[in-house]
Amino acid sequence: MSKNNIVSHLKQKKISEVLSTGKRMDGRAFGEFRELTIKRNVLYKSEGSAEVWLGKTHIMVGVKVGTGTPFEDTPNEGVLMTNAEFTPIANAAWEPGPPKEDSIELARVVDRGLRSAEVLNTSELNIISGKLVNIVFVDLYVLNYDGNLIDACSAGAIAALMGAKKPVYNVVEKEAKPTGEKVPLTVRKKPVAISVIKIGDNFILDPTADEEDVMDARLTITFEENGGICTIQKSGSDGLTVDEIKKCINMAQEKAPQIRAKAIGD
Amino acid sequence: MSANFQDRDLVLPGDVLFDGRIRTGENTYRSQEKVYATRLGLVNYSPDNVSVTALSTGYVPLVGDVVIGEVVDMDLGEWRIDIGAQDQAVMGIPDAVDRPFRTDYVMTRVLDIGDTLIAKIVDFDRRRTPVLSILGPGLGKVYDGFIVHITPSKIPRLIGKKGSMINMIIKETGCRVAIGQNGRVLISGPNREREAMVVKVINKIELEAHTSGLTNRTQEFLRKLKEISK
Amino acid sequence: MSKKPIAKKTTARKPAGRPRKPKVDSWKRADGRAFDELRTLKIESGVLPNADGSAYIEMGRNKILAGVFGPREMHPKHNAKPNEAVLRCRYHMAPFSVDPRRSPAPSRRDQEISMVMRSALEPAVFLERYPRASIDVYIEVLEADGGTRCASINAAAVALVDAGIPMRDLVAACAVGKIEDKLILDLGDYEDKKGQSDMPVAYMPKLGKVTLLQMDGEMTPEEAESALNLAIEGCKKVYEVQREALKKKYGIDQPQDKPQDLPPAEPEEEPKKEEES
Repeated sequence: MSKNNIVSHLKQKKISEVLSTGKRMDGRAFGEFRELTIKRNVLYKSEGSAEVWLGKTHIMVGVKVGTGTPFEDTPNEGVLMTNAEFTPIANAAWEPGPPKEDSIELARVVDRGLRSAEVLNTSELNIISGKLVNIVFVDLYVLNYDGNLIDACSAGAIAALMGAKKPVYNVVEKEAKPTGEKVPLTVRKKPVAISVIKIGDNFILDPTADEEDVMDARLTITFEENGGICTIQKSGSDGLTVDEIKKCINMAQEKAPQIRAKAIGD
Repeated sequence: MSANFQDRDLVLPGDVLFDGRIRTGENTYRSQEKVYATRLGLVNYSPDNVSVTALSTGYVPLVGDVVIGEVVDMDLGEWRIDIGAQDQAVMGIPDAVDRPFRTDYVMTRVLDIGDTLIAKIVDFDRRRTPVLSILGPGLGKVYDGFIVHITPSKIPRLIGKKGSMINMIIKETGCRVAIGQNGRVLISGPNREREAMVVKVINKIELEAHTSGLTNRTQEFLRKLKEISK
Repeated sequence: MSKKPIAKKTTARKPAGRPRKPKVDSWKRADGRAFDELRTLKIESGVLPNADGSAYIEMGRNKILAGVFGPREMHPKHNAKPNEAVLRCRYHMAPFSVDPRRSPAPSRRDQEISMVMRSALEPAVFLERYPRASIDVYIEVLEADGGTRCASINAAAVALVDAGIPMRDLVAACAVGKIEDKLILDLGDYEDKKGQSDMPVAYMPKLGKVTLLQMDGEMTPEEAESALNLAIEGCKKVYEVQREALKKKYGIDQPQDKPQDLPPAEPEEEPKKEEES
């Protein structure tokens, strides 16, 4: 994803040169994240929300809790839906239109992290079995793009869910009426995604847009608090050896607790 | 007949700069005996002229400008080059190759898509597309370095009077710096630290271009950066 | 037995299907504002690093971002105009900006507002300077609370100036509504839904021209004229905030070096006529 969809050879060369001296263009170490700021409950109309700045990458996560019919095969369980929007204000090359594959991948990876770790207690979201359940919408809104959307959105989603509330219903004779009360959404686990990208023989965390432009491959691993892995996603045009994958997992695992701490607001 | 502001006041589009007849310079327009600003900037009054120095504007290509661009397309003997203006620029083989060539000349021998170049605007074609040439000293494909962006209207500040600012920066940092009028600056230095200093200086000029005493402050700034890095 | 104060009687006929007037004993607004008072208004320019120009606005509880790209090459080329730029506006709402959540797909209302925004802004822009180019204005509503089209126009105008697009004037917008037969300025969401009419207006303050005028509801011609004048007063107030937002980036903020690089520099004097050193 570059500003005009053409990758500059000069940029590619410079980034590789600088990496081979053990540095990055902005002076960071390979395993270093940019400044990460997460503010919770910034939108009053959403049941939960979080605003994330990771360097110049800027995301707004909105959590809305609505109601609807459950899926047929899970009549007593609520539903989680994750959506990502690449807004045209975030990048000169992003035109308005149907979701691009990168935005779909972003939504899917964050969604799988939340689902695999069973972050939400979907039984708790049941209102009337087989008829009415809560639907939790997590909308990942990209406001400015400068790389590493997955990690930023994953942390933002956890932050937004942790501050989210759902309405309480009174069920009388198969009819559900909201009581006006709200209770916090139960967030059972706090998985965070850490992406490692490969440029030549170098592995780095938290890439900028320029670094993503010249990356050969990316491995995103989502970790739970206990260090367990709940999601993995590899993307990019190059392959990875088993050793390289192990290296990526180690790099990412070291970083996960620090990012999680920001997401849960220590 | 009257000026409505003081020289170097900050003005906005729609501000009435002058009531009456006077020569109008850049970033102004005249309507019914009044002169208005068209851009956010500092108004300049002289005895027979009023103009506005824009603080934030896109690049407006002019013949003679040296620009830094990137090849985004090539077709039928012509490269299309992004120079950050409203139109992509074009360059034909005769403006890139200094000797006779055959009709089946392989263009990628000179420049390929994704390559960066320093070029001069030599003309505008009938559709007002800028036409570039790389024939000339200091022009051609760029092999080393990286590009930093600055608002085009601040380039004169980066150069300084008779090159005072840019020569000072080159002397203090030992970096090679090429400036494109289109707001792109090419930097290549002996090491990352020195290159990073140039980037910091450019950011400083971007923020403070409209203030006075900048060259001296910038020199102080650079000297302190060098001390810190020791 | 003292009489309870009664609601002021109205002689206008209410069109069928309109919500009933809320019973209040004076026409004090729900949030305590005077009839000609704007909601809290905050505007910041230059907030999006990747856009050529940008602005953020909070108008009441609306939170809206505007990003401008251009002038740039128009795609698809066949839509370009030979002698002027095309101004494209896109008004879009985040799914979480309203209650209940809405789909991210553009609605007909979104398209109508996009069109109306364009005609509100076009008269102010020197399109003829950039033949065949496009100037793209993108609005993203993060939170909606009544009057989003006016707030969007206000942010878009600031973003266009921030992008360095040459303009004849700024454009400021404000809506006037009628509730219980009183004309009030800058409707909030509640007033918007319960009111009898709604008139959004956009205005070029220095040139004195109206660039957007719409009305829904019921007004006599006299009311419409008063409403328009009231709206223009509101636009002038908004304009002052737009000016401050644009100037703040350059005028008031003194150049200061960041602490980690240098001790803070002394504040600069006002730049004088002297030559640059």
